[in-house]
Amino acid sequence: MSQLPAHCHVLVIGGGAAGLCAAIAARRRGAEVVLVDHAAVEWRGGNTRHARNFRVVHDMPDDYAPGSYPVAAFCADLARVAPDGDATLTQLLAESSATLVPWLQAQGVRMQRRGRGTMPWSQRTVFFAGGGKAAADTLYATAQQIGATIIHDAEACGLRVEGNQVGAVELIHRGQRATITAEVVIAGCGGHQANRDWLRDSFGPAADSIHVRGIGTVRGRLLRAMMDAGAATVGDERRGHIVAVDARGPEVDGGIVTRLECIPYGIVVDRNGRRFADEGGDTKRTHYARWGERLLAAPGQFAYAILDDDGIHRASPTAFAPIRAHRVDQLARELGLDPQTLTTTVDDYNRAIVAADPTSPTAWRTSGLSPDKTSQAWPIVQPPFAAFPLRPGITFTHFGVAVDPSLRVQRQDGTRFDNLLAAGMVMAANVLPRGYLAGLGVTIGAAFGRLAGEEAARHVGR
Amino acid sequence: MSADDIHAEAERALRLCSACMFCDDYCAVFPAIAGKHDYSLADLGYLANLCHNCRGCYHACQYAPPHAFALNLPQALARVRQRSYADYARPRWLGRAFAHSGMVVVLVTLASIAAVALAADPAALYTTHSGNGSFYRVVPLAVMMTGALAASVLPLIALAYSAATFWRAIAPHATSAQRWRALPRALGDAVTLRYLGGGDGGCGDRIEAPSRRRRLFHHLMVGGLALNFASTILAALYRGWLHWEAPYPLASVPVGLGIAGGVLTLIGTFGLIALKLRADKAPTVPETVRMDYAMLGLIASVAASGLLLLALRASALMGTLLVLHLGLVLALFVLLPAGKLVHAPFRLAALWRSAIERARPLRKAPD
Repeated sequence: MSQLPAHCHVLVIGGGAAGLCAAIAARRRGAEVVLVDHAAVEWRGGNTRHARNFRVVHDMPDDYAPGSYPVAAFCADLARVAPDGDATLTQLLAESSATLVPWLQAQGVRMQRRGRGTMPWSQRTVFFAGGGKAAADTLYATAQQIGATIIHDAEACGLRVEGNQVGAVELIHRGQRATITAEVVIAGCGGHQANRDWLRDSFGPAADSIHVRGIGTVRGRLLRAMMDAGAATVGDERRGHIVAVDARGPEVDGGIVTRLECIPYGIVVDRNGRRFADEGGDTKRTHYARWGERLLAAPGQFAYAILDDDGIHRASPTAFAPIRAHRVDQLARELGLDPQTLTTTVDDYNRAIVAADPTSPTAWRTSGLSPDKTSQAWPIVQPPFAAFPLRPGITFTHFGVAVDPSLRVQRQDGTRFDNLLAAGMVMAANVLPRGYLAGLGVTIGAAFGRLAGEEAARHVGR
Repeated sequence: MSADDIHAEAERALRLCSACMFCDDYCAVFPAIAGKHDYSLADLGYLANLCHNCRGCYHACQYAPPHAFALNLPQALARVRQRSYADYARPRWLGRAFAHSGMVVVLVTLASIAAVALAADPAALYTTHSGNGSFYRVVPLAVMMTGALAASVLPLIALAYSAATFWRAIAPHATSAQRWRALPRALGDAVTLRYLGGGDGGCGDRIEAPSRRRRLFHHLMVGGLALNFASTILAALYRGWLHWEAPYPLASVPVGLGIAGGVLTLIGTFGLIALKLRADKAPTVPETVRMDYAMLGLIASVAASGLLLLALRASALMGTLLVLHLGLVLALFVLLPAGKLVHAPFRLAALWRSAIERARPLRKAPD
């Protein structure tokens, strides 16, 4: 394992897509690069571990994505979910994404060819073969091969700043305090979603119920250090991408498999056994992102999805088998709910279904309930009945440091840091201050990371 | 681990995988579990034999240990696979061999060598022979032929019976036309070892260096054995039709095939052993690894003793080496239905089901 040097040209903080791409880009231009990652080596890869695909602009069909996805369409998609994003940086991100596939391939990363695997083709995103951990492991191998120094178990926790210059970075490396000086520093780390205290400041006591979907080392200490050093922030620390996850999953690091996409096929009841939201209101693939807020507002931040056997088979397979029973009242007992209330809720729901067009069940809705289910109101009648316990699960926060188009971190006083750059989720809120689009996280990491690495190399005269 | 624990762990792993599917381009296992909610015992046996143990998915897995999910699909499926060899073995008592495979290989090998030695003419064993028919003065031809037939036919019947039993358990509902149409693809996937490659990236013997060497060495070993087999058949034809008795001169076709086959087999087996020694042990199961080593060792011994016999056939060691070589070949055949080699027909059966299922129209993707 590498020793932490006292000095380097380019110090990259963070071991996910952003940090790795920054380190490789800077090293390929000849800079001496040290990458420090808070995670221990077996947890390396940041939240790219949990990523699967990334969004890229392309002019014509290629081996990895059909059709085309012009820069204008990329920017328009992003503007639709986040109208308050920075247009210049969005344009930069879109243009830079166009060369991401060949660039990552040149670093050894393997992408999934069109028609391989079982996922539906995507015109807008390209899939890593084997997922994000395989990609990150390949990038680590490449970074090491070209001579970047990789240091694990090193949390950046403080900055020594003079004027607009970062002089040194304070680290905790394997439990020991350490300092490293660098000519230029790239913050390629994440936000603060795995920092329970900070979440409590943002979300109140309800934060204790939130599952952190990604790795547990995203504590935001560098983000806090940059704020303390006068960095300007963007987004809102009380806003996050929060979805419904299976409450039986781990509190941290559940990743993709604990998300529950079955809600449109059934109903959701709170701990009193009553429905509280329209399960059919938004059935697009991102519907489950709406349920984060609803669960945070529900009593005890807890709820159950209730389905019948037909509903279970309409939904995708789940990491944990559903809790099953042959009658609704038995299911209620299994869940610790009042059997009478749950039976009444299900019966009322079934009676309220209006099957307007019998051939189009996706258009069925209920009438006279409060709230109604406005689409996909299939009856819940086919035993065994099934339930999934739901908790809110946070993916990332819409909060970070503001950067200029050279990716230098901006200061509250209107100036910018001369030698502090940021890339990846710690600055994602510049382009994504709210909402989400599939595959955007890795693109923000890889595209801005590569740009930051190139800019850092230029900064040190390479 | 009990059978129930083995099956429960495989189902737990497969559930996690079907909820993730990041590895869906690695091999046929992942498409086979897409959209699957429940797993029968036959399904588990099918999926376990469809897995070629390339371990690419383990190294790519964000849920592998030390993650709380401790997901290790290759290991879970290896246990089910080992179990399936024993459960579907016919006659059933053969199944017991898989619990102690290393020991069984050693004992059967020793017994086979002893059996050949008993059949040999003690007077001829340690003397130098030359000329046509010299081998048969050590082990009489009639004994050699009867032994070879019995030793190959009975185990082959048992192997075919076992594989047919497994196939009946896993066969999908399909018309016979659908089945036969899918067979060429299954045979192609089996012969080319298509899924021993982690979806083009190579086998994950080690995380930092996936490579295609495992597939290459396996091809060399199988190719070498095929050449040896061709050499033996050709020699039998020479004797039967041309009345030309072994040993044959160095420049003859049987000897040429035998040398090439023996050398390739040795390269293949030693390559596979070397890869196994260097491989990350985490995604493996000790019992199956022992079984692999035992069979690789036996195959390498067959090839090495054959080459040695050829080199020293004019010396006084010929008799001993012939007994050793024939004993090792006998052991290889006897162990066909009771050792690692059952993986070939079982995997072919799994590939056949996979090819049949993939020939059907795919489910519509969710919008």
